[in-house]
Amino acid sequence: MTTAVLPSPHTHGARPVSQTMLLVMLALLPATLSSFWHFGWPAVYLWLVTIVACVLAETLAVLLARRPLRPTLADGSAILTGWLLALSLPPWAPWWIAAVGGVFAIIVVKQIFGGLGQNVFNPAMAARVVLLISFPLEMTRWIIPPSLGSGPGPVEALAITFGSPSLADGISGATVLDPAGGGFDVFTYSLGHHAGSMGETSALLLAAGGVFLIVRGVIGLRIPSAFLLGVAVPAALAYTLVPDSQPSPLFHLLSGGVMLGAFFIATDYVTSPSTPLGQWIFGLGCGLLTWIIRTWGAYPEGVAFAILLMNAATPLIDHYTRPRIFGRRRDGHSLASEER
Amino acid sequence: MNLSLTPLTVRANRLMQRWGVHPQDRKAPASGTAITPLPLPEQLILPLSQHIGSPARPVVPSGARVLRSQLLATAQGRVSAPIHAPTSGTIVAINSAPIAHPSGLTGPVMVLEPDGLDQALASEAVDPFTLSPAEIAERVAAAGIVGMGGATFPSAVKLGLGHNQPIQTLVLNGGECEPYLSCDDRLMQERPEQVIDGGRIIRHAIGAERIVIGIEANKPAAIAQMQAAARDFPEISVIKVPNRYPMGSEKHLIAWLTGQEVPSTKLAADIGIVVHNVGTAAAIHRAIRWGEPLTQRIVTVAGGAVRTPLNLEVRLGTPVSALIEFCGGLVSEPARRVMGGPMMGIAITSLHVPIIKGSGGVLMLTEAEIKPAAAATPCVRCSACVSACPMGLLPLEIVARVRSNDLAAAQELGLKDCISCGTCAFVCSSGIPLVQYLNHAKGELAANERDAKKQAELRALAEARSERLQREARAKAEAAAQRKAERERARAAAKAAAAAKKAEKAEQNPA
Ligand code: SF4
Ligand code: SF4
Repeated sequence: MTTAVLPSPHTHGARPVSQTMLLVMLALLPATLSSFWHFGWPAVYLWLVTIVACVLAETLAVLLARRPLRPTLADGSAILTGWLLALSLPPWAPWWIAAVGGVFAIIVVKQIFGGLGQNVFNPAMAARVVLLISFPLEMTRWIIPPSLGSGPGPVEALAITFGSPSLADGISGATVLDPAGGGFDVFTYSLGHHAGSMGETSALLLAAGGVFLIVRGVIGLRIPSAFLLGVAVPAALAYTLVPDSQPSPLFHLLSGGVMLGAFFIATDYVTSPSTPLGQWIFGLGCGLLTWIIRTWGAYPEGVAFAILLMNAATPLIDHYTRPRIFGRRRDGHSLASEER
Repeated sequence: MNLSLTPLTVRANRLMQRWGVHPQDRKAPASGTAITPLPLPEQLILPLSQHIGSPARPVVPSGARVLRSQLLATAQGRVSAPIHAPTSGTIVAINSAPIAHPSGLTGPVMVLEPDGLDQALASEAVDPFTLSPAEIAERVAAAGIVGMGGATFPSAVKLGLGHNQPIQTLVLNGGECEPYLSCDDRLMQERPEQVIDGGRIIRHAIGAERIVIGIEANKPAAIAQMQAAARDFPEISVIKVPNRYPMGSEKHLIAWLTGQEVPSTKLAADIGIVVHNVGTAAAIHRAIRWGEPLTQRIVTVAGGAVRTPLNLEVRLGTPVSALIEFCGGLVSEPARRVMGGPMMGIAITSLHVPIIKGSGGVLMLTEAEIKPAAAATPCVRCSACVSACPMGLLPLEIVARVRSNDLAAAQELGLKDCISCGTCAFVCSSGIPLVQYLNHAKGELAANERDAKKQAELRALAEARSERLQREARAKAEAAAQRKAERERARAAAKAAAAAKKAEKAEQNPA
């Protein structure tokens, strides 16, 4: 018989972290496949390179820190980080962008802080922002998706991803968030057949994946809904006030990284608040900042910056939004001292 | 009967209550079996501490022959409970044996060898409603009744609460929210009149206006039987509460049924509510109506490793092994043996551990039922524990403070409000044994407080002593000074007397 003291409870109902990561990947799959379909083989290669870079970087970091390798890799978080980063890159970006981004996300943003659970910033978003600042040219070369069947084949695509930049000719310089540039119609934006980051173009499939995660209880309802509200409400106000110069709220919601950010990035457990009220505030903040940066900022896309800013505010939000303890008032005093 | 409409405020309050979890209840198949009496085992092992408070003190010597219901050990102090012989036989030893304890310790026990005759002391039947509240409390105390839901707090103490403040509501807790357990369910189905009568006796003792009985929705037969048994008593309402763990927590059941929240620094009685478990009510019924002390209880034997899960009526002191044997033995080596429910029960390391007053269940769980996380991995801040905690705590934050040994910060985050219900650890996706950390920290905190108190007492003692010494020294010095003064006075007087004598002599002998 065992003599070790076995603590209660003697049954458990949680989904292990690795399974959670698998569900998130499953939810990302439709949008990812759609972007492979639209952007062709270079997107596939880029996706692979990012994930491999992240997993290798994670392996290296864990080995250097002399921690056991298997549990860290088995949780699948490195793969997911790579996947999310890939989806936020221009689909025809060169391989080294992916590699640098992946290594930065894992080593600098995640492992230096102490690994999964300790990092302050979402690794994929931090890497994206650093890439954007360091390599603005490569990071803003968007392509109009080639009409189906006319894209580069698997071999040609190798040259686009792994060759010299000059080969990636025919790349359009249209910015994503210029509604006048490409012309906005809900249908194209929902399904992803327009210029943009690899995985951010298919708003509808991303939202479907997000709803799947909410239904399966992987993510909460609060952060995504607050995020979307945070973007839509000010956008709607602005659109009503100055309809000529302001894009419609629908455009705001369906374009750029809003769907990816609201359902997959802002909901990152580690870097978002753990209190219910905190999650509302965090989501609203992400949405509002996104809209502000898009409207007044120097960069065309605000999602990544907005999420990083709110990541930084998370410990503070958590501190000031502690739930009321049963039998106590919000200020921590017992309900009994309520009578004045 | 249940025509009392639930006030809107209470309903609104219920909507706000989002705590808790829904573990698979796994009450079948045991819940489908009628209460079966377990034959007398070869030996009964009766721990002297089957309750919260001071252990009982043996009053019969080893070797004595005793009858069923005879007092074996008497209560010591206000919070304590006596122990009675569950059957007739001989006390063969008073020593120490393994008992159900979180750290697998042994404890003092009395061992009774049954003679198989099961002869009982004569007992008297009385009409409870002719007794005064104080008399009822006395008899409940003398019968050794403690909270049968597992809390094992001496029930008579709670009956005495009615003397100090007015009590409006008696809540009978039929929640039984722990998975697997169905002993209360069977009791309410098969002997609802005992529970109802026990409730009425308690109400009489504490002077409550009404009785509210809360039963979880997964016990429809129990609800129906209890409603039928309560039909003639307008002061009783039987209310179906949702299945949710920990609905059986006293504070949460109160909040659900009445919309009232017990302040963190107070007892339920302070807001006019007293809660008793339905099993306790039945025990009180038997003690008062029939003069029967608490010497047996219903125990659910369940878990995937048990061949035939059953509900057994067991004499206290029966070793767990006898229950398992009666249930057809084990079909596989259990991964965990638990006394109580799976959420808050105690893992036992030996099957010789005896059934005590608070043991509602004996569970032999397989690996698949425990579903342990492979190994605790770092917290991913998934906040599952935060949403689930019924007390509104941040388990992840508290445990982080505990791990870095910052007890003060943990306390500031509400460590002391934690009821150790295990909900947070149940949902933790990283498999962190949160309750272990929480309980450890609460233990430390209590120890620190005891130490601080002891220090203060010692200091007070030392101060008193030095004061006394000073006083004594002062007194001594004063006394010495006085003696000196007296001596001097005496000497002076003597001198004066001598001089006077001399003078007298001189006068008498004029030269
Ligand atoms: S054990 Fe304590 S912290 Fe955990 S859920 Fe229960 S009350 Fe909350
Ligand atoms: S449930 Fe576990 S992993 Fe999730 S936040 Fe709480 S302690 Fe951390």
